[in-house]
Amino acid sequence: MKKFFGILLALAMVLSLAACGGNGGGNDAPANSNPPASTDNNQPAAAPSGSAFKLGTIGPLTGDAAIYGQAVANGAKIAVEEINAMGGAVQFELKSEDDVADGETSVNAYNSLMDWGMQVLVGPTTTGASIAVADKVSSERTFMLTPSASSADVTAGKNNVFQVCFTDPNQGTASADYISANMAGSKVAVIYRNDDAYSQGIRDTFVSQAKANGLEVVYEGAFTADTSTDFSVQLTGAQSAGADMVFLPIYYQPASVILTQAAAMNYAPTFFGVDGMDGILTMENFDASLAEGVMLLTPFSADATDARTQNFVQAYQAEFGEIPNQFAADAYDGVYIMKAALEAAGCTPDMSTADICEAIVGVMTSLSVDGLTGQGMTWGADGAVSKDPMAVVIENGTYVLP
Amino acid sequence: MEFLSYLISGINLGSVYAIIALGYTMVYGIAKMLNFAHGDVIMVGGYISFCAMSYLGLPGWLALILAMAVCTVLGIVIEGLAYKPLRSAPSLAVLITAIGVSYLLQNTALLIWKAAPKVYSPLIAPTKANGEPNALRLFDGQLTVSYISLLTMGACIVIMIALTLFTSKTKMGKAMRACSEDKGAAQLMGINVNATISTTFAIGSALAAVAGVLLCSSYPTLQPTTGSMPGIKAFTAAVFGGIGSIPGAFLGGLLLGIIESMAKAYISTNLANAIVFAVLIIVLLVKPAGLLGRYVPEKV
Repeated sequence: MKKFFGILLALAMVLSLAACGGNGGGNDAPANSNPPASTDNNQPAAAPSGSAFKLGTIGPLTGDAAIYGQAVANGAKIAVEEINAMGGAVQFELKSEDDVADGETSVNAYNSLMDWGMQVLVGPTTTGASIAVADKVSSERTFMLTPSASSADVTAGKNNVFQVCFTDPNQGTASADYISANMAGSKVAVIYRNDDAYSQGIRDTFVSQAKANGLEVVYEGAFTADTSTDFSVQLTGAQSAGADMVFLPIYYQPASVILTQAAAMNYAPTFFGVDGMDGILTMENFDASLAEGVMLLTPFSADATDARTQNFVQAYQAEFGEIPNQFAADAYDGVYIMKAALEAAGCTPDMSTADICEAIVGVMTSLSVDGLTGQGMTWGADGAVSKDPMAVVIENGTYVLP
Repeated sequence: MEFLSYLISGINLGSVYAIIALGYTMVYGIAKMLNFAHGDVIMVGGYISFCAMSYLGLPGWLALILAMAVCTVLGIVIEGLAYKPLRSAPSLAVLITAIGVSYLLQNTALLIWKAAPKVYSPLIAPTKANGEPNALRLFDGQLTVSYISLLTMGACIVIMIALTLFTSKTKMGKAMRACSEDKGAAQLMGINVNATISTTFAIGSALAAVAGVLLCSSYPTLQPTTGSMPGIKAFTAAVFGGIGSIPGAFLGGLLLGIIESMAKAYISTNLANAIVFAVLIIVLLVKPAGLLGRYVPEKV
């Protein structure tokens, strides 16, 4: 028995040493842009095997934000299955890792994907985790396309990090533009979470764009993680300021409490959310009638009638038994964007991770992809996507176009 | 009218804090230990009643009784396994154990119920079937007070009075006060100190279950960390009112809720917490034992 443990211990030590070696090799890669492509052949972990590209996704498969990470993993899975079934030049092998929406865990998830031999990354899912991983891929030269991390900080200063979703500043601006174009004369209240970069970022651009558009912001109420249970004061403030529109640049969980408390005090303005609101309808035990009439800015609606969306929704429902949300669509698009980029750059599965990265970075800004979340998506050198956001309204428990 | 409405939200929030604070103060007053796991017992109470209502389809009152029963047992088990062996240990050891129990409960809940937040079905639904709010309407409907707020406030007052009567009139209550003053002397007088402290924990945990149900009914979302922040706020409230004092916990909780609400409404939603804790610091500077606490000089 003792001997057995001895062997086990030795094995564990050898493995951990091997892991260190792999990471060390990665860190030696040139940190700046435009490195010579051939310096990285000393990475056995990334050496390709087989004829398919190894594509990794990272997201919270468990924990608070699991609804997002699972959607990303599932959406990517469907795209990979479709692409492999078509049998073109680009084939994928997929692996999804869990990061519980935490930066440190996400870097570990990235490392274990690199040990597996990942060549391109579609992930991570959440902003905090993506910022952590983006720093790492920027120095290790792995191409990263995040489906849903929307902060501008994710892509800032890294030429090999791109986004599928639109950025936080874009969401704030687009929301203000949409409201002033379609609901002119609304008196707007904003309830946001001021200890969260996502919420604060959208609120800042929303308020400045609203001012520019002549939209009246009559009330602003903030909350933090530890005051996120009671919103009756903010709602009373909004109500007595005469707001007929409440802008909620927050995630769906506090939003569900806001909707419940507003109903309890007989306050029924139009609630307007952004992509964090996506997911509210799938919350366990949530009374969907409370979300009736809630508007949100999302690039994807499962009710769109085009054939591609319909096929995706059907495939997703058949495989996972629920209606896909925006995150699933973002990841699905992410895989197709990756395919288009690999084809345009003429990459082959036997190339190293770093070579593929430089090749894709070269073609990314000239690429134009039609996806579920937008037609003719293009990218700037800063990594941000340009596409039109779309507003939907919740009716009878589903998203419909207003 | 807005002022009244802010006041009512403050009293509602304060009543929840007060019920939790009563549990803290009971245990502190008698066992002389800070039970940091109290907030997490609240969370367990919330989940038990959630499961009873949503999965078993039991009515609200039955779910409440079930939650109280489970939490009472849980409280006795925690006390017996984690705190009783440390009865003569330094108080710091007990404090650290309590923090450990708190994490144990949170993570066990994470394993059982997963982290995805659940929407709680309140004891009294916030809206009627026709979409009308389930609330008392005053001044031609300008002021609405939801029935769940009224229930919370009522429960808070009833519990406070019942606890005061219990500790001053009953035999068990007198035993508790005796233990609180001097454990050794109480034992010499023939009081079973261990049994008394266990009873205190049982009562405190049953209160936590009530607090859990009312907390989740007023603010209907439930996740494994639901109890921790209200727990800390309620602890603050207990210290504010004078820890160990039952009317003090009630007053402290209520004031804390009202200050928080008013700070949010009239000063800044950004600074609400800073203001609450600033008030606490000022009160403790002026009255170190809290508003209604007794200052007991250390005998040297």
